[in-house]
Amino acid sequence: MGVVTDAWAWLTTGAHWTGEEGVAARLAEHAYVSLLALLIAGAVALPLGLWLGHVGRGGALAVNVSNVGRAVPVFAVLALFMVSPLRNAGYVPTVTALVLFAVPPLLTNAYVGVREVDRAAVRAARGMGMTGGQVFRRVELPLAAPVVMTGIRSAAVQVVATATIAAMVGQGGLGRIITAGFALYDTAQVVAGAVLVALLALLVEGVLIGLDRLLVPRAPRPPRT
Amino acid sequence: MSAPNCLVANDWICAEYLRTRREELTDALVQHIGLTAASVVIALLVAVPLALLVRARPRLAAPVLGLTTLLYTVPSLAMFSLLLPVFGLSSALVVTGLVLYALTILVRNTLAGLEAVPVETREAARGLGFGPWRLLWQVELPLALPVLMAGLRMATVSTIALTTIGSVVGRGGLGNLIEDALPTFFKAQVLAASVLCVLLAVTADLLLLGVQRLLTPWSRAQGAPGGG
Repeated sequence: MGVVTDAWAWLTTGAHWTGEEGVAARLAEHAYVSLLALLIAGAVALPLGLWLGHVGRGGALAVNVSNVGRAVPVFAVLALFMVSPLRNAGYVPTVTALVLFAVPPLLTNAYVGVREVDRAAVRAARGMGMTGGQVFRRVELPLAAPVVMTGIRSAAVQVVATATIAAMVGQGGLGRIITAGFALYDTAQVVAGAVLVALLALLVEGVLIGLDRLLVPRAPRPPRT
Repeated sequence: MSAPNCLVANDWICAEYLRTRREELTDALVQHIGLTAASVVIALLVAVPLALLVRARPRLAAPVLGLTTLLYTVPSLAMFSLLLPVFGLSSALVVTGLVLYALTILVRNTLAGLEAVPVETREAARGLGFGPWRLLWQVELPLALPVLMAGLRMATVSTIALTTIGSVVGRGGLGNLIEDALPTFFKAQVLAASVLCVLLAVTADLLLLGVQRLLTPWSRAQGAPGGG
């Protein structure tokens, strides 16, 4: 119990929130690299995945890329960046690593989402005289939206979680509070940092579930019989 | 230029490093395999009964699946740190954290595998006088095996990658070597440890695929050409 109250005391100490290495600054860093990485990854992976799904090619690539991603340790990738000349490039190593890890879920889900749209619906749309672009915009995209959103959600959560690891190679973000706590043998700070990171990850998950509910059209519920 | 100087020149690839630090590399690899194996085995021992329980009492499905997914959301560095007050700087801390991550994948896949067993097959086995245990061992688990093994492979591969984060408490196997090499920008060590980590994941995946083939000979016979 002592640790919990100590961590609470650490969190409620105003001085820990301000300054260059305070919670507020670390939180801002964390949000900045996460958002930037997610935007870049989305700009690359979503159009590619949706297009591959629409033309029905590159399936093996789109699916396998996510399996390979799982086997590569984030820590190793970041460490490799940090012993290369990239280490002097500010946030570039972290953002690059995060983009690499966000692309697989985005690409795979975008591809699978479009691919799994009922072929009968696509044929019907074509039969009605829709062009390829119209079929994509008015049939495939809305029907694929739930799966694509799931991909965005898991990518976002993964990015926020992975940004924490950046601290282990000396880059910024909330993880730094944890690693600094380890360096000072300050368990209260370690736990306080961990709680902050866990809360942020859960918050992002929650917000995205909410957005998902708002944005993605639901199929009407079948009437009760 | 010549081989012995690569340690001084800090080259990415250095045969001299691999030769002189063989023992260090082997120790880290053994620790990595030990942590991963312990975590995956414990996770499997927890996940299968949990999946069976969820199947028997569907009301438990939402809380069990929700909780394991929630745990999966917690970043690994935070997870290990949150467990720190409970376990201290120990291997038990790393293994517990890794078990919690592997659980999500294993519970879901075990459940999906069991639910994919056709109702007719189950009915037929019951009609032949199979009790619940024999039904589980001789019919349901074998039929669920492909999906279960897919989950086991996924869990093993991601656990191998995650184990490196254990280096934050000094129990990260190959991750320790990476962390040790960082302050001095020792390239050969970072690259060697990273490559070994990926090779380990690929080897484990192929081994488990082999085990799956051995355990489910019928799925191979079906696909074989010229089969009756």
